[in-house]
Amino acid sequence: MTGIAYDAVIATIAIPTLAALILAVVPSWRLAAGINVGATFLTLAASTVLLRYRPVPTELFLIDDLNIVFLLLNGFVGFTTSMFSASYIAHELQTGHLTPRYLRFYHAMYQVMMVGMNLALITNNLGLMWFGVELATLSTVMMVGIYRTPASIEASWKYLILGSVGIALALFGTILIYLAAKPVLGVGMGAMQWTNLLHRAAELDPAMLNVGFIFLLIGYGTKAGLVPMHAWLPDAHAEGPTPISAVLSGLLLNVALYAILRFKMLLAMSHATVQPGILMIGVGLLSLFFAAIMLYRRRDIKRMFAYSSIEHMGIIAFAFGIGGPLGNIAGLLQMMMHSLTKSAIFFSVGHIAQAKGTQKIAAITGLTKSHPLLGWTLVAGVAAIAGLPPFGIFTSEFLLITSTFARAPLLAVLLGFGILLAFGALLMRMTSVCFGEPSEVSYPITASSISIFLHLGIVLLVGLAMPAFLYAWFAHVATLLG
Amino acid sequence: MTGLGSLISPAATLSIAHVLAGALVLASFMMLYQDRLSSVINVLALHSTVLGVAVGWQAYIQHAPELYITAGLALGFKAVVIPIALQRIVIRLGIHHQIEAVGGISVTMLAGIGLVALSLVVMLRTAAHADALAREDVALALAVILLGMLMMVTRRNAVSQIVGFMSLENGLILAAAGAQGMPLVVEISVAFSILIAFIVIGVFLFRIRERFDTVDSAALDAFRGEAQ
Repeated sequence: MTGIAYDAVIATIAIPTLAALILAVVPSWRLAAGINVGATFLTLAASTVLLRYRPVPTELFLIDDLNIVFLLLNGFVGFTTSMFSASYIAHELQTGHLTPRYLRFYHAMYQVMMVGMNLALITNNLGLMWFGVELATLSTVMMVGIYRTPASIEASWKYLILGSVGIALALFGTILIYLAAKPVLGVGMGAMQWTNLLHRAAELDPAMLNVGFIFLLIGYGTKAGLVPMHAWLPDAHAEGPTPISAVLSGLLLNVALYAILRFKMLLAMSHATVQPGILMIGVGLLSLFFAAIMLYRRRDIKRMFAYSSIEHMGIIAFAFGIGGPLGNIAGLLQMMMHSLTKSAIFFSVGHIAQAKGTQKIAAITGLTKSHPLLGWTLVAGVAAIAGLPPFGIFTSEFLLITSTFARAPLLAVLLGFGILLAFGALLMRMTSVCFGEPSEVSYPITASSISIFLHLGIVLLVGLAMPAFLYAWFAHVATLLG
Repeated sequence: MTGLGSLISPAATLSIAHVLAGALVLASFMMLYQDRLSSVINVLALHSTVLGVAVGWQAYIQHAPELYITAGLALGFKAVVIPIALQRIVIRLGIHHQIEAVGGISVTMLAGIGLVALSLVVMLRTAAHADALAREDVALALAVILLGMLMMVTRRNAVSQIVGFMSLENGLILAAAGAQGMPLVVEISVAFSILIAFIVIGVFLFRIRERFDTVDSAALDAFRGEAQ
């Protein structure tokens, strides 16, 4: 059965690559949107095959229990976002925000981004992983600036410069890891393969790994939106098209985090003296508190949820930093739930901003009255993201706080306080948006709500009754992470 | 070290590599105190030329012919094409004679010296067990990277920021070339060149002149879409 598995691995890269080439020349945007949905669906299907048939790691590819979680999530959110995108761009085209030519570019870039992310996830090679993250970053940079307004160009410029510095530091870290591995694994490709590195981690030069990890944490941490390297994130989320905000929050941040987790695994198995966990707890708490406080002063709805993403990346980094079986399960669950919930929120917000013609929180009121469907899905999404039961994020945050209490009560108190702080901000800002008298401005829109319901449905299901297989799966991955 | 030229002793080979890496650090320092945009760009051309020679030397002593591609890219693309393109941009935008407020050259230079000392202390200690070529190269490369970052934070003009980023990237290529036999160095240098081309084209198309011309927070709020 390995034949199918290899084909599936190739397909996760080949399908989006091919789709990008086709989309670059397809003139009709309707057809292009359809191809985009089809290609992301096929990519998802290929990832699902890998769940069943696992290929033996090769020089280039490595599929294990850790990255399959990310790969599936990537495929799924990529697919649902492409469905949302199809209805979103139709409206942008009507209102003249985008022209068909830019849309062609947009669709091609969407697939290039999928190539980059999938490559970073499935590769067995540190250099290719770096390249994948760079490719995904570059394509999103271009999509963020697609509206060509001064604000969106400024946002994509900021993203480009900060992202490039981040990616440069990550490369320096990668070079140091190679230098640490070279004496043990020999010159050449072998010293850049995860499977080899993890296998002989104990023999690697600890001093080099220590310094290397610091650079990698800062470098990939920039992409993951961890404070203090987060400055690009709110602008990029607020000024770009909303489908891109959804994939940035839902996917790209995760891919960067995946890179950090891999290196953390490597350090955990070696004799390096730097404790990746403590560093991750530190940046995690910093991100959580910073974002929670910043949430109180937001007046732009997309920017607000961008800060909420920083908050959640902080919680996830904290969870993996705490580590241990429970901490890692909580981290994986939180990551998955956050991706699904946050992209669902952005789907709602995208349609809401189109219906109201603005992203200003003050100008959007009483949505549950004027647009019941969008209003109530936003209420559900905000309740989920704030960590209220019965949604999945409540489960993961509860798991995280209780498991932290057993090991470091003070940290658990800090974490709980940070989460409450953010909860208060979301409640304060979102009450007027969802309830009360609706504001007068309102444009007709045709919202596609399949993606929203699909995401929120899964989040609700996991919150109500976590499927046993999911728990067993995450528990297994948690042991890998150490 | 394998197969050195018969005329040059191993010690001399290493020394030349170190001198070239040191020259790159020196070029980074030169960049820090330039206050005219066109002279900043000229120093960038010099910086990339030094990198090209340094990588070429590495290709020679490591017997790694593929590194000549990276060296050629540095000498052709980064030392000639990009500087010419940037000069044309600044002339188009009419900012080539503009004097940039670098803000306390002596402070910047002192900070630069501090960063070089820091990277030497950290890397020489960290890489104590690595071979001599990689050790010194990585230490000096880190110095170039940090100086590039310093350049980026002390400048507000988009063109100077690109130059800062390119010098940072030159440091990375130096480190990658020095890490003997590291795979994908050529691919990575090509990827970076594409990235830089994108950045330069972006500036050219969108005429990004200044980031945050003003420190007036009201203007910042307006940009953030958060004005009252």
